[in-house]
Amino acid sequence: MTIIETEGLTRQFVRRSKGLRRSRSLLTAVDDVTLRIEPGESVGYIGANGAGKSTTIKMLTGILVPTSGRVRTCGLDPVRQRRVLASRVGVVFGQRSQLWWDLPVRESFEILAAIHRLPARAGTTRQDELVEQLEMGGFLETPVRQLSLGQRMRAEVAAALLHSPELVILDEPTIGLDVLSKQRLREFLLAERARHGTTLLLTTHDMGDIERLCERVLVIDHGRLAYDGSLAGLSRTVGAQRVLVVDLAESLPDLVDVPDTRHLGSEGNGLRQRLAFDAEQTTAARVLAAVSKRAEVRDLSVEEPDIEDVVRRIYSTHR
Amino acid sequence: MRAAVRTYGKLVASGFRQESHYRLAAFAGLVANVTFGFLKAAILFAAVRASGGHLQGYDVGSMSAYVWLSQGMLGMVNLYGSHELGERIRTGDIAVDFARPVDIQGAYLARFMGGRTFTLIPRGLPSVAVGALTVGMAMPATVTPYALGVVSVLLGTAVSFACVYAIHVLGFWLVETRGLQLLYMVVSGFFAGLFVPLPLFPAWLYDAAYATPFPSVMMTPINVLSGQLTGLAAWHAVVVQVVWLAGILLVGRLLTNAGLRKLEVQGG
Amino acid sequence: MAEAAGALLAPYKAVLASRIRAQRSYRASFALDLGSSLLVGLVELAEVWILFHNVTVLGGMTFPSIALVFGLADMAFALADLAFGHCDRLPTYVRAGTLDVFYLRPQPLLAQLVASDISLRRLARCLVGAAALGYGLVAADVQWSPATIALLVVTFLSGCAIFSALFICAAGLQFFLINGAEMTNAFVYGGRYAATQPARVWPGAIKVVFGMVFPVAFAGYLPVLRVVDLPSPHPFPEWAGWAAPLAAVWAWLFAIACWRWGVRHYQGAGG
Repeated sequence: MTIIETEGLTRQFVRRSKGLRRSRSLLTAVDDVTLRIEPGESVGYIGANGAGKSTTIKMLTGILVPTSGRVRTCGLDPVRQRRVLASRVGVVFGQRSQLWWDLPVRESFEILAAIHRLPARAGTTRQDELVEQLEMGGFLETPVRQLSLGQRMRAEVAAALLHSPELVILDEPTIGLDVLSKQRLREFLLAERARHGTTLLLTTHDMGDIERLCERVLVIDHGRLAYDGSLAGLSRTVGAQRVLVVDLAESLPDLVDVPDTRHLGSEGNGLRQRLAFDAEQTTAARVLAAVSKRAEVRDLSVEEPDIEDVVRRIYSTHR
Repeated sequence: MRAAVRTYGKLVASGFRQESHYRLAAFAGLVANVTFGFLKAAILFAAVRASGGHLQGYDVGSMSAYVWLSQGMLGMVNLYGSHELGERIRTGDIAVDFARPVDIQGAYLARFMGGRTFTLIPRGLPSVAVGALTVGMAMPATVTPYALGVVSVLLGTAVSFACVYAIHVLGFWLVETRGLQLLYMVVSGFFAGLFVPLPLFPAWLYDAAYATPFPSVMMTPINVLSGQLTGLAAWHAVVVQVVWLAGILLVGRLLTNAGLRKLEVQGG
Repeated sequence: MAEAAGALLAPYKAVLASRIRAQRSYRASFALDLGSSLLVGLVELAEVWILFHNVTVLGGMTFPSIALVFGLADMAFALADLAFGHCDRLPTYVRAGTLDVFYLRPQPLLAQLVASDISLRRLARCLVGAAALGYGLVAADVQWSPATIALLVVTFLSGCAIFSALFICAAGLQFFLINGAEMTNAFVYGGRYAATQPARVWPGAIKVVFGMVFPVAFAGYLPVLRVVDLPSPHPFPEWAGWAAPLAAVWAWLFAIACWRWGVRHYQGAGG
């Protein structure tokens, strides 16, 4: 059974402009999206802000009704069979909390166990498993409002997984987290998938999430599905490039002859130089070595292609 | 002096502008006002008629004036006791206000008056208009009650602000001003003559009411506008408003300065 | 059977129990809320009392009879407010995203909304209504009989149902009124106020609104007319005092319809 199946999924909003002159305009948030996600897949769903990601998720979970087209989640109609679907899907909203603000984390889990009618023993074993793997033992008794962002996200993920859903949708789960927390969360999600075969659908702005978690990437731009395929394919299609930024010990003329790189620009009269390179062709280490042969490098940083850049390129490739 | 006037003028305008973004909320308030107006009119008219057409100086026409003017004034005065000031003191943002070169109390008063004046347009005046057009009400035929009445309305609004401000400034010392706020909400409306006109109160309750500033918030403006109070009596009531306003503003001012000193001692 | 019912209600009990615990833990704050709730009730009773301090008969009723009306209606409202009072703050749930979270749980949306909170402090307000009711039963010209007792009980229960329905109706309409939610105060709190009035004094338009659309006149006034043996005002028939349960059913049908309408609007169904 396909976990997620949409056909020509469209959602339009009517926007009434405020003020004296009332005019109505039609905003198409999701435009004719067709996709299939099979059980066990790990899919990244990326796009610029306002591209239609949240709207899609709302239609997958039954919060919004499609204007046209068809959607089935876990084989169910999300609007008509919402309550049945709720037992099979877990959602982590980055901005919204599923937990009770003034209660200890443990109590939120107990209430959720009652809500999902988890049989007593199975419920606690599952909870213990999650607590252990997400290392939440230290703050189980803390009220949710006193948790740090990293702790709260872990609790939210646990809350979404408590009823062992087949499909987990995560909406910007790593936003605002520090590097270590991000890494731990990603490792947990991978392990969870390996153990239980859970399907993951992840919206994010963080390419790091995509690279480490997803085998498949969906790119949505202005409501349309601009790309649906593997991550490697994405980089290839887009030709996205990483950028090495070097701070040199002394000013030099532009380094235009470093192999496999393209010189983007210089600052501070040649003290800082930016070199773009294709991740498929070479590595940051090799570029650094090549630059070091020509000059003494004081400091460096590597810029990843950001989502907006990738999306922009895709859109321009598709035209 | 001129600069100060200009500053306060700008604050009034900004309060006016800010309130203009909440038009739908004002309209919602209008609907509630009108509903309560009709209900109040029904029961109070019945009371007047059951009393032979005259009840404590009211006939149906003047009682109608009371009902609709009181509903109209609801949008102007602050009888809820809530104000952003409380939150700012709790979070400490109040330090920013102290750092500004404008007097805190004056600034908040100016913005409040500006905002309230705006609500007259979608809420206050239409409430009165609905009453006048549907049920009809007896209003004076001369200019003086209206002129003095406008002043009285502004004074009453300011008095309600002064009370709410003083309550929240106590937040420098009290952890929770919610209790006072709730008490204010319950008591102020009752003694302001929102529920029934004060002349209907039994003597002891009437005296109790006039021992508080609340009649100056609503009952006096209504009395002056509708002509229930005329001549010297009207002027006297307005002077009482001024006295209450000055007194409570002074209390608020002293509390503000004490609060500022407390902040400075604590290191803000 | 009981076990099945228990299992069905378990999720709601869990949430409510936690809210009760949370409220009781803030002792001082709770005491304050109780006090102010009591005070509000007293002030509203005082309003009625002051009117009767000035005239002996209003709308065909004396003060003891009106106290009976007030007692029944205000107590019913206080209980409805206790269980459903948070529902007419729907915009808060929408803005916080809490409503969206309800969609992710295997329970009906409305049931989750209703069970999400409880306002224990309204119990204090109940006391005022109870006191007025007690006084009215003793001082008014009550025609005692088993039928009278039955009528009083049925009226009270129907009153609870009617006022609860008003809160739900408000919630449904607030999907359309996110920024103008106070508009529903007109019939929720206006309804409470109207319920404590003798409907005889109402002009026709109000009789339609609060006698038929939001039938709060059935929560106290019309039944009490039967209890003290007074004639029903036009256009209510004499048996209207017994029709409180019908009014309650109508109120709930209307409320559910408003709720469904609001949810459909929120989900963007139907265009």
